[in-house]
Formats: sequence, C-alpha cells, structure tokens
Amino acid sequence: MGNFAANEGLSIFVILVWLGINAFLFVHFYMAFLVDRYYYTRVILGHALSWARAPAACLNFNCMLILLPVCRNLLSFLRGSIQCCSRTAARQLDRNLTFHKLVAYMIALHTAIHIIAHLFNFERFMDSQLMINNSHLPYVLSQIGKNDNRSYLNPIRTNETSQTIVMFTTIAGLTGVVITLALILIITSSMEVIRRSYFEVFWFTHHLFIVFFIGLVAHGIGRIVRGQTVESIIVHDPKKCHSKFETWGQSGTDCPKPDFAGNPPMTWKWVVGPMFLYVCERLVRFYRSQQKVVITKVVMHPSKTLELQMKKKGFKMEVGQYVFMQCPSISQLEWHPFTLTSAPEEDHLSVHIRIVGDWTQALYTACGGDKTVVLDAWTLPKLAVDGPFGTASEDVFRYEVVMLVGAGIGVTPFASVLKSVWYKHVQENKNVFTKKIYFYWLCPETQAFEWFADLLQSLERQMTEKDMRDFLSYNIYLTRWKDAEAAHFRVQYEAENDPITGLKQKTRYGKPNWDNEFSAIATQHPGSKVGVFLCGPTALAKALGKQCISHTESGTEFIFNKENF
Amino acid sequence: MGKIEWAMWANEQSLAAGLIYATGGIVGVAGQFRGWQFAAFGIAAGVFVCLLEYPRSKRRKGTSVERTGQYCFTVCVKAFGPLTRNYYVRAFLHAALCVPGGFMLATVLGCVCLGIASLIYLSAAIHGEHWEPILPRTEQPKSVGNSIKEPPQNPPPRPPPELRRKKVDKLETAVYDNPMSVTINE
Repeated sequence: MGNFAANEGLSIFVILVWLGINAFLFVHFYMAFLVDRYYYTRVILGHALSWARAPAACLNFNCMLILLPVCRNLLSFLRGSIQCCSRTAARQLDRNLTFHKLVAYMIALHTAIHIIAHLFNFERFMDSQLMINNSHLPYVLSQIGKNDNRSYLNPIRTNETSQTIVMFTTIAGLTGVVITLALILIITSSMEVIRRSYFEVFWFTHHLFIVFFIGLVAHGIGRIVRGQTVESIIVHDPKKCHSKFETWGQSGTDCPKPDFAGNPPMTWKWVVGPMFLYVCERLVRFYRSQQKVVITKVVMHPSKTLELQMKKKGFKMEVGQYVFMQCPSISQLEWHPFTLTSAPEEDHLSVHIRIVGDWTQALYTACGGDKTVVLDAWTLPKLAVDGPFGTASEDVFRYEVVMLVGAGIGVTPFASVLKSVWYKHVQENKNVFTKKIYFYWLCPETQAFEWFADLLQSLERQMTEKDMRDFLSYNIYLTRWKDAEAAHFRVQYEAENDPITGLKQKTRYGKPNWDNEFSAIATQHPGSKVGVFLCGPTALAKALGKQCISHTESGTEFIFNKENF
Repeated sequence: MGKIEWAMWANEQSLAAGLIYATGGIVGVAGQFRGWQFAAFGIAAGVFVCLLEYPRSKRRKGTSVERTGQYCFTVCVKAFGPLTRNYYVRAFLHAALCVPGGFMLATVLGCVCLGIASLIYLSAAIHGEHWEPILPRTEQPKSVGNSIKEPPQNPPPRPPPELRRKKVDKLETAVYDNPMSVTINE
C-alpha cells in the first residue's frame, strides 16, 4: 500500500488541486453574478446568466492550462532542474500528455454547459423583445438604449430578427460558433483510433487550436454581458425601483432610467502568458531544427530496419531520450519521434527506424535503401533534428538495482542504456551507482530486432573478457514460435550458444513468471530501491505496476516507471 | 496524407454530431423554445444518426477495433444492405438530416457538425471506401478437454524429460525452472 502512495501520490494530489480550483472558480463566478448590478439582467435571464458565466471562468482557467503540458522544451528544462531535488516530481512531468487530455475533457464539459446556458439566455432575450407590452418589465428593459445604442441591456435590439441571425451577426456569437466547431473537430480527430492509425490527420487538425485561441480572445470583445453601470446603481437602486418601472425617468420619481454597459473582455489576461510560452516553444523547436545535421552512416538491418548515424554540433543527450526528426525533402510539416539508440559517450547520435508507413518508406528510399551501390555523402537527404527530450529512462542510473523490461519495439530505448552502462564501466567510472541490471526482452520474433541481438552479443563478449558477467543479467522471452522451429530448438538444447540469438544466455519461451522474478530480485537485494522501467503495452504496464506494489515489503522498494509514447 | 481511410474520421465526427444534435434538441424541447418542433426533429435525427454510426466499419488494412457492444448494431445496419454500405448514400442522408437543424438556434451546432461529417463521408465515397461489418470469427476454438492428460496445443520447445533434469554444472544456463523434479519414472 505504501508503494501506491509513492507511485501515485503526487499525481492524485495534482489532480485534486486542479479539480478544487475548477470547483472554486465555478462557485465563485456563479455567485458573482447574483449581485445587484445584474439584477435587471437576471429579471430577463434568471439563473441562466450565472450558469453561463461560471463555466466561462473555468474555461478561462483550463484554456490557460492546456498549452503548458505540450511545451516540450520547457518541460525538459524543468525536469532537468527538478531532478536534483526530487525524483518523484520529475517523474510527474512524464505524465504531461495525460494531463493535457484531462484538461481537454474539462474544456469540452464546460463548453457544453456554457452553450446550453446561452441557448436559454438567447431564448429569454428574444422572448422579452417579442412580448410587446409596456406593463411587462422585461419588455421595458429591452427598450432601454434604443436611441443611442450604448446603454442597452438586451443585446437583441429589435423584434424583427431571430436568435440565429443575432448569433451570426454578433462577435460573441460568431466567434463562439467558430471556436466550438474547431474544438469538436480537434476532439473527433484526436480519438485514439484516428491518432494511432492516421497521425497526420490528427496533427494537422490539431493545429485548429490556433483558430480556437484567436476566437477565444476575440469572444468577449463585443461586451455582450451587460449589467448596470456603477454610476447608475448609485442613483437607481434596483431593489427599490424595480416595481416602479412604469414611471422610470418621469419627473417626480427618484428612479431615473437605469444605464447598462458591458464587461470588458477578461480572457486575454488568462491565456496571453501560456500563448507566449507556446510561441517561444515553437520558435525554440524551429531554431533547433535549423542546426545542421550530417548523416555519417546508413546501415540497413534485416527486417526493414534502417539505422541512421548522424552528427549535430553541440548535441548533448542522456540515456533513453528521444528526438523528433524532419526531412524537408519528404514533407515540410511532418516531425516524427524516434528513440535514440546511441549512448551519450559516443561521438554520434543514432536512431533505428522501422519502415512501417509513408514517411519512413520515403526516408528509406531517399537514403538509398533500395540501391545496391554506395551513395556519396552529399546525395543523402538533409535532416532536421529537434531534441533531445527526456523520458523516464534518464533516471536509470539513480537506482542501485534496475529492472529493464522491453516488449517488442519497446526495447529500443534500452539499447542506449545498455551501451552507456558498458561505456561507463569501460572507462572504469567508479561513480557508477548502479550495481546490477536485470534486462527482460519480450518479443514475438527476434528477427525484427536482430540489430539489438547483435548489440547484446557484443556486450556479452566484452563482459566475458573483462570478467564481469554478473553485472548484467538478461533474459529474452520469445512469445511466439512455429512448430517447425520448435523441433529445431529441442534438438539444439544442449548447444552452448542459443540457436536463435547466438548468445550464451538461452532464449526462453513464453512469458516470464513475474511473481517469481520479483521475488527472486527482492531476496537477492534486500533493503534497496529497485527501479523498474518498462517500455511496452499498457496491459504489461498494469501487470508490472501491480507486481511492484505487491512485492514492495519492508526494505526492498520497487518503483515503477513507464515510458510514454 | 497517405493511406487514410476517411470513413474512420467521418464516423467519429458523425457520432459526435449525432450526440450534439440530440442534446440541442433536448434543450430546445425541455425549455419549450420557439420552434421546438425543429428541436424534436433534432432529437429523432440525432438518435438515428448515433444508432447508424455506432458500429465501426471493418478497416481495409490493419486491425479494426470494435466499440463496446456493437455487435447487435452491426447486425441491424448490415440488414439494410447497399443503403448502409454505400457512403454516397450516407453523405446525402446526413446532409438532408442536418438541414432542419439550421432553423433553430439550439440545433444549429448539430446541423453544422453533421454537415461537416457529410462532407468527410463524401470524400470517403469518392476514394472508393465502403462500410464492412465486423463479424466475429466463425470457427470455434477447439474445446480443451477437462483432463490434463491432453497435451498443450503449442507447447514451448522442450526436450524430453531425461534431458530436462538440471545438471549441476550447467545450472546457470538451464532454461527451465521445473517446479517439481522430473524423473524418468513419472
């Protein structure tokens, strides 16, 4: 139970604070429109006025927040600064996309409440113009300001129109429709199904957020929410004068005609800061992308994997980070994330790219993948690299004992980790805090990641030479096999090297028994903090998370970190 | 934009549009707004669109993810044959359904969203897409006998028991952790 608090406590706290602020803003602004200034507005609209203004305040707050979790460079910078103080706080920043989605759902919810309340508001405004009867207070109120068009209360100025027309001819109405449409299109194209299959549609439609923010700031310019002016309240007290509306302004009464004015727009005050930060973020990304990147080596691995080794001046990375890459000759607008497979100690940066879609296929062709002759360096395409951006793997070396679990393509960030581990030991860096690494690799077939098996082979060789076989314990689990292959494996059981990978450590078949593994590690390392790092599917994340919680006893503490892609 | 199947996005958009259309209609009717008849139509049209769009189509390439409980809807929609299969029909249907929504403020948003969905469906139809039902696989998995004397169908590659006994000198490379000792007499 204690580990649950360690793993989830800060997240829950952040969510509760965020919900609390939302609730507070809602109630506060609901009450703010129940004062005398809006007495006459409420005569026409009732509580629908407050029901529209309260979610508007929450919308201001959430639209301010939504841009912040996607400022990657800012978050990387914060992460670096916080890491020295608190590992937990730094890990919290890994959940930025989850928070972005939560805030988006909240925006959708408040937009719905806001729109429904305004539907009632418009209907009631229209009603009070149509009820042509001078003994009816709403109608009398709607006639105020007919001459100068300044001190009016009812934004629907005549009875010869309809709400729909008014909506499309007022700034507030028009911007409201536009930004709501933008929001709906953004949400429908961000559904997981669309996002995973057609990333480009998601990414391009998401840029409608620019329309959204411009419309949002312009939404209040028309000052359509009106209340009595301060000067008018002094001379005309609504509580006393509301019943005497038939004699307002006539000589002898102490109730002159009330004056109304609109509230100044407030939204820009909330969102201008984050908008500025986001503009800076995009400028930083653009600047970094303009730095020259030179491809030094192209390696074609079997099973459609392309390795690119590049050099970029001034590029510094940590283990397990990722970069965004763009190839202007393929597409000006597309940036795709790839995990770095090189170690910080190497003089180049490398990525291993699986050829699965349009962009990767085009990159493969541009780098001469389908040609057999060696290409000259100057014919290789120009690339832009933005990054590196930090993920959980950065924390690997802060734990004494580490469990790395990679499933399928999730093994990629660990290539960087293992290489770096090796370089650190070769350089006889006594400051290495990490004493033991347990590496688990689950995959349906090793062919797709032969390059990784090669890496393990070379590490194994070097470890044997330096007599350090205990440092890294790796376990490869093959989760699928064919009958014909199975016969071959049975026969090769006694061979020294594994028939599939050629490694001394034999490949295992099926899935690991996590209970046993965790218990064994807990027994071997009592009293230590074990970092568990996973890059793989959600189901496995849940299983490992549960194992971490249940195997954390007095002494050994398992702390779970999941990669986030 | 590569090999995108527009129909998938059109499906999400029209489902959202149906919900918005119906919600606007409910507000219009419940608040007894002027023109509530359009709102009532909005509820009916919105619900109809939701029912039509709930079952996802099978994708041409890749795995299709079903929505929860969509099987009964799939069967109903499939029953209409070419009317529901063809996306030109759907595009025209959505365009027609959305028009009455434009006459009343509460349903205007639903109208515009459904109109956009209709345009995306038109694009899908022009690209030659059509609706395919996702049906469960017909072959039943072989029932596993209760007796554990039945061997597993695809066991991990194991050598016979005499080789499986862990040899003391080869403990490190032993692949299998037998929970009980394996002897030739068992």
